[in-house]
Amino acid sequence: MAERLHVGTRKGLFELARRNGAWDIVDTHFLGDPVSAVLAEGDTLYAALDLGHFGAKLWRRDGAGEWRELAAPTFPPKPEDAGDDPHPWSLGTIWVLEPGGVPGRLWAGTMPGGLFRSEDGGDSWKLNEALWRMPERRKWLGVAGGEQPGINSVLIDPRNPADIRIGVSTAGVWATTDDGASWRIINRGMYNEYMPPEQREEPLVQDVHRLARCAAHPDVMWCQHHNGIFRSEDAGATWREITAIRPSKFGFAVVAHPRDPDTAWFLPAIKDERRIPVDGKVVVARTRDGGNSFEVLRNGLPQRHAYDLVWRHALAIDATGERLAFGSTSGGLWISEDCGDSWTAPEARLPPVSVVRFANS
Amino acid sequence: MATVRFTSALQRFLDAPAAQVTGATVGEVLAAVFEARPALRGYVVDDQGAVRRHVAIYVKGEAVRDRAKLSDPIGPDDEIYVFQALTGG
Repeated sequence: MAERLHVGTRKGLFELARRNGAWDIVDTHFLGDPVSAVLAEGDTLYAALDLGHFGAKLWRRDGAGEWRELAAPTFPPKPEDAGDDPHPWSLGTIWVLEPGGVPGRLWAGTMPGGLFRSEDGGDSWKLNEALWRMPERRKWLGVAGGEQPGINSVLIDPRNPADIRIGVSTAGVWATTDDGASWRIINRGMYNEYMPPEQREEPLVQDVHRLARCAAHPDVMWCQHHNGIFRSEDAGATWREITAIRPSKFGFAVVAHPRDPDTAWFLPAIKDERRIPVDGKVVVARTRDGGNSFEVLRNGLPQRHAYDLVWRHALAIDATGERLAFGSTSGGLWISEDCGDSWTAPEARLPPVSVVRFANS
Repeated sequence: MATVRFTSALQRFLDAPAAQVTGATVGEVLAAVFEARPALRGYVVDDQGAVRRHVAIYVKGEAVRDRAKLSDPIGPDDEIYVFQALTGG
């Protein structure tokens, strides 16, 4: 089981370890700086920073060594004929980092919507130009009404690292089956209720907050969408709405059980403009039957005047499927070792949490 | 030679000592600095070489005007200050 947990926040990266049956913060990194993405691969830890003045940065720590800054992904020179591109050709934020399924390979999903790949453990990066140069990419909408779209999820098929799905805020689900040489939008069955009626079912406008995939059954995917949750059994091609979710269908985060294709966890909240937990109670919704029914888990979670919201990358599950952790916009952090049945909170008052991740060891 | 000075706020992330370089424009002067310290480039300019939105560059007490192409002229003994543009409270 993973014995390390990494929590990226508005004001630094916090490293937790499990000792004598309890989780505690054992180290801090980049105190004061916003952390936008984290990845722990074996003994190597990656942290992406989103420095307000000085741009997005990427750092790596090998083993117990020192942190070293890597060259962050950069966009190629903007060509003359791209003058009307509504999105900047410049890195805004590294939003998600994922291992690529072969040694040394990493994928970085970013704002303004560039997907980058490294083949050398993050030392160098290359923009996936096939996706970036698709005409539809210029129609991607910005995150939360902002200017820049963002790639929020990168799901590699464990059976074939050339087969990838990405989730885009806001532009639906995209697929490549040829290692990124070509892409197509694939999500059928979703609907976006805030769009005009004739646009609601258009794949390109689907507000996919986060995607999750069952590692042992990679054709099974879950989506926390702006106006509901959806499940796919054909690797994202078609989606079915899950209406049994309680206490609400809005949220940002979802994780899938690594082996059981019928089990997933969500963090429901009141939607849209309010974005707070229902009735001021922090709860986790778990299904174990493919979404036909949900249990609302609250043991150990605050149930009175709690206004914690959990962002899309701030819910994590380990490789066993037993340990989960999530962090909130109010700096709350809760960890479960029994699939979500009960939760404990380490002693800390953290800054707003943007990303939570177990070490993959 | 022109002198380029960087905000101390950068020192938290990397070495950014004052540098004496030659160049006829802001872009040429910065290019000379970045050649010696490549890691500094991404902190000052974006991927297209424009001054980052929240970075300010001043020459002789004036903010540079051309933040995209960095074409403002530099005199032989000018001092160039690079610092963060504070945009919040």
